[in-house]
Amino acid sequence: MLSTEVIGWFADIGLDDRHHVGGKGGSLGELQRAGITVPPGFVVKTGAFERFIRALERKSPVRSLVAALNGEDLAAATASCAQIRTAVEAQELPFEVLDEISAAHTALSRDAGETPVAVRSSATTEDAADASFAGLQDTYLWVTDLKQTLQRVRSCWASLYSVESVIYRRRRGLPEGDVAMAVVVQKMVQARAAGVMFTRSPVTGDRSVVTVEGSWGLGSAVVGGEVTPDRWVLGKITGDICVREISEKLIQHVPLSIGGVETVAVAEDLCRAPCLSDEELQALRTLARKVERHYGRPQDIEWAIEQRTNAILLLQSRPETVWSTRESTPVARPSENPLTHVMSIFGGKR
Amino acid sequence: MITPLSPRGFPLPSSLQVIPGTEGAQAAYPYYTQFSESDDNRFWFYNSMHFPEPMSAFDMVTAEAAYCALGASNTRVHCLPTTLGIDHRIINGRVYIGGNAVTDPAEIARRTEEFQKRAFYYYANWEKLYAQWREKMMKLIQDAQALPKPELPEFEPLAHVHAGRGVASNHYLLDTYQKTLEGYFRMWHHHFEFLLLGYGAYLTFFGFCKKAFPEITDQTIARMVAGIEAEIFRPDDELRRLARRAVELGVDTVFQQQVSADDIIRTLQQSGESGRSWLEELETSRDPWFNINVGDGFYHYHRAWNDDLSMPFACLPEYIRRVKSGESLVRPIEKLRAERKEIIEGYRELLNTDEDRAAYDQMIALAHRVFPYVEGHKFYCEHWYTNLFFNKIREFGGLLSAQGFFPATEDVFQLTHYELEMAIIDLMTSWSNGSAPRGPAQWPKIVAERRAAIVEWAKHVTPPALGPVPDVIDDPAIVMLWGITRESLDNWLRADGGADSNEVRGFAASSGVVEGPARIVKSADEISRLKKGDILVCQITNPTWAPIFQTIVAAVSDIGGSMSHAAIVAREYGLPAVVGTGNATARIKDGQRIRVDGGRGIVTILD
Repeated sequence: MLSTEVIGWFADIGLDDRHHVGGKGGSLGELQRAGITVPPGFVVKTGAFERFIRALERKSPVRSLVAALNGEDLAAATASCAQIRTAVEAQELPFEVLDEISAAHTALSRDAGETPVAVRSSATTEDAADASFAGLQDTYLWVTDLKQTLQRVRSCWASLYSVESVIYRRRRGLPEGDVAMAVVVQKMVQARAAGVMFTRSPVTGDRSVVTVEGSWGLGSAVVGGEVTPDRWVLGKITGDICVREISEKLIQHVPLSIGGVETVAVAEDLCRAPCLSDEELQALRTLARKVERHYGRPQDIEWAIEQRTNAILLLQSRPETVWSTRESTPVARPSENPLTHVMSIFGGKR
Repeated sequence: MITPLSPRGFPLPSSLQVIPGTEGAQAAYPYYTQFSESDDNRFWFYNSMHFPEPMSAFDMVTAEAAYCALGASNTRVHCLPTTLGIDHRIINGRVYIGGNAVTDPAEIARRTEEFQKRAFYYYANWEKLYAQWREKMMKLIQDAQALPKPELPEFEPLAHVHAGRGVASNHYLLDTYQKTLEGYFRMWHHHFEFLLLGYGAYLTFFGFCKKAFPEITDQTIARMVAGIEAEIFRPDDELRRLARRAVELGVDTVFQQQVSADDIIRTLQQSGESGRSWLEELETSRDPWFNINVGDGFYHYHRAWNDDLSMPFACLPEYIRRVKSGESLVRPIEKLRAERKEIIEGYRELLNTDEDRAAYDQMIALAHRVFPYVEGHKFYCEHWYTNLFFNKIREFGGLLSAQGFFPATEDVFQLTHYELEMAIIDLMTSWSNGSAPRGPAQWPKIVAERRAAIVEWAKHVTPPALGPVPDVIDDPAIVMLWGITRESLDNWLRADGGADSNEVRGFAASSGVVEGPARIVKSADEISRLKKGDILVCQITNPTWAPIFQTIVAAVSDIGGSMSHAAIVAREYGLPAVVGTGNATARIKDGQRIRVDGGRGIVTILD
C-alpha cells in the first residue's frame, strides 16, 4: 500500500519527515531503513491531523482559543482544554482520513496477521522540547480493532490539548499554528521479555558500554518502573558482560483479550532467572551499535523479544539527551612531545 | 599474634610478635631487615604478591637483590620525581615493604628535571636500548652457564699443575660462589632497567582510558596493549606443539595421567624412530622455553620444568586429548591481532573530540613501544636466570651435604648467603689443611630449627599491612607493581572487621561468572589437587601455571593487579578471574562452593 498525505508506511519515511510523521514515527521509519527489524506499522501523518482540525474548526475555534490563553491562568486553561478535548474526541473523522486509516489498518492486519496494535502519539516538536513532552503524550497498548484504533487516534490528538501540554506551549510562546500531532499505529509484540537499553552509561556517561535493562512480559512494566529489571552492562566494543544484576521480578504486564494490559505475577521459577540469554544480550549489543552508528549519536532504545519466534524487535530509538547536552571537553590534548604524557604518572600531580 | 588495630590502620610493627619457638630462625635474617621501633611510624604492607610463603634464610637474597636494584633505578638512575626506593623487613619469614615518597615540591621539581633527561632518553631510544638489554641479558645467562661445578678433588689435577695454574681448586669455590651471587644482584639491575618506565607508560594510557571511559574494564585496556607473541606464552605454546607432534608421530598413547615423566621418556626411548623423534622435539622446546618455574621464581623450591618434567608432562594428556578431538591448539595469532586492532579502533572512534583521538594515538603508541619489555623480561630474569642461580647454589648444597654440613642438598637454602660463604670458606680451609671441617658440628641443628620455623610460620596468617594508613598512595612504584591503592587498603581493613560478609572483593581481571567448588592452593606442590571444574583460590596465580587453566573454571588470588600475568593467562583462556582480594585464601575454605564474577571483581561464598 502506498503512502499518502494521510498515511506514511514505516518503509517510506525517515527522520527528515519528522515534520509530517513526528519524532517517534520518523525514528521507526529510520530504524527500518537502517535494516533493523521493528514491528510493522504506519503513521497517521500530520496531514490527517490538519484535515481533522480544519473540519473541527468549521464548527468551533480551537487554535485561536488556545493562542489567546494566558500561560499563568490555570483556571481558564483548564476550562478551555476540557472543552477542546471533548470536541476532539467527539468529532467525526473527515471521510478521506477515515477511509485511508481504515484501509491501512486492514492492510496491516492482512500483512501482519489479525493482531492488536499500539497507538502512540508522535510529536513534531524539536528534540529538547520533545524530551519534555515525552511524558505528556499518550501511548495505548493492545488496541484490538479498527473502531478502538480510530478512537485512540483521536485520543492522541486530544492529548495535544491537555492542560499540561497547553500551559507548556503558552509559557514558551510557541506558535499554535505549528502545533501538530502524528500518530503511530504499530503491530503489538507479544513479548516474552522486553526493556530498554542505552548506548552509553546512564551513570557515568561512558560511551564504551551498552546498558541493558529488561524484565519478563511487555516493556511497559520496565518503562513504567513497576518492576526492578535485570540489568547488564556490556562493553560496546568487546562484548564483555561487565555487570550482571539479576533482580527479583515479581510482576509482569501481559495483554488483555479485550484490549489493554494487566499486571500478573511472574511464575515462581522465573522470578530470579535472567530474562535474557547471553546470546540475546550480544544480539542487542550489535543492534545498539548499528542504531547508534546510523544516527551518529548515543541512543535510548526500547526493545522486545517476541514470545513465539524469539525475534528481537526494536520498538523505539531516541537520542540520549542527558549526557549529550553536557559540554564535552577533551580528556587530554595531544602534546608536542608525546613523552610528557607520562608525567601524569610520574609527576605526582594525580 | 595479631593485636588490636591502631586507630586508623593496621597493627603496628612493634605489636607483631615473633612466633614463640622461632626466635632463632628469625635472628638469622640480617639486622637491616629486622623491624625497629622507628618503623612504627610508617606504613608497611605484606608483599604476598612476590613472597606468598614464609621464605627461607637463603631465599631472602631475592628480596635483597630486587630492592637494591629497584631502589637504585628509582632513586639514582632515572630519578623518579615522587618516589625513591622500597625498604623491606622480614618477620616470621614474611617480607613487609614500605615505599619512600618524595613530598617536598622543590625536591620533586629538581628530580623532575633529572627524570626528563634520563627517562625521556630511554623512551626515545627504547628499541635500541632494549635490543642492547637482550644482548646484555643473554651474555649474563651465558656467563652463569659457564661457571664451573664446585668440586674439590683429593689431589689437584696434574693438568692444572703442569699448566702452572698456580691457584688451587678450593679458591674456585669462593670464586664461583661470589660470581654466582654477583650475577644474581646484577641480573636484578637489568630487571629494573626499564621496568618502572615501562609500567609508567602503560599506566599513562591506562589512566587516559579510565578518564575517557569511566566504566572500561582493566582487562580491556590490557588487551589493547598486550603483545600477542610475548615470551610468556611460549612455554605453553611449546607444550601444545609437543602434544600435536605426539599425535602426528603416533606416540600419543604413551602419555597417561598416572605415568611418571621418567617412565614416559623410557618408553619413548624404546619405541623406535617416532619415540626418539618426539624426544628430539622435546629437547628443542626445553632449551630455553622449559626454563620456567612452577612458581614466580622467588623460592628455591619453585623448580623449573627442565628440572622437574612432571608439571609439563601432567598437562600433555589433556592437550593430546584435545588435539585428537580435532582442536588445532594453535593460538590464532592473526585473529588475535585483528581483534586487538578492532578494539583499539573501536574505542578510538568513541572518543568525543579529535584532540582526544590525537592524545590517545600518542599514548597508545608509547604503551606499545614499551610493552615487549614489560611482558618479556620475566622469562629472562625471574625464570631462566633465577633457575641457573638456584641450581648453582644447589650444587654447593650437594658438595656441603656430602661433607656432612647438613643432611640434604636442599638444606643449603636454610643458610643465609652470608652464612653460606662462611660454610664454603670453612670447607676451603679444611680441604687445604687436611683437617675436618667445623660445619658438620655447626649447621645441622640450625638447619633443623629453621626448617621447623618455616612450617610453624606457614600456619599463621600474617596481617596484610602494618602501621598507619596513609591518606593517599601516590607512590607510582607501589601503585604500578602491587596495584595497592587507598581503596584496596580500605577493602583490607573492611575485610578484617567484616568477616561475616559472604563477599570477597578484588580486581576484575577477566570477566565472566562461574560457580564451583573452591580449591585452596597455597603452594605449587598442591597444584595436582585441582580437579576439572574446580575454582583455583591461591595467594598469587602464576603464568607458569598456565596449563592448569585448562582444568579449572575460574581463578581467585589474594594479590595481583589486572596486569599480573595470571590475569593475562585467564583472559587468554577466557576464564573469569578476580585478583588482589587480599585474603581470599584465608576467608574461603577448601571445598566451599563459590561464585566468581570476574567482570565485577566479586567472589561470593555460597555455602
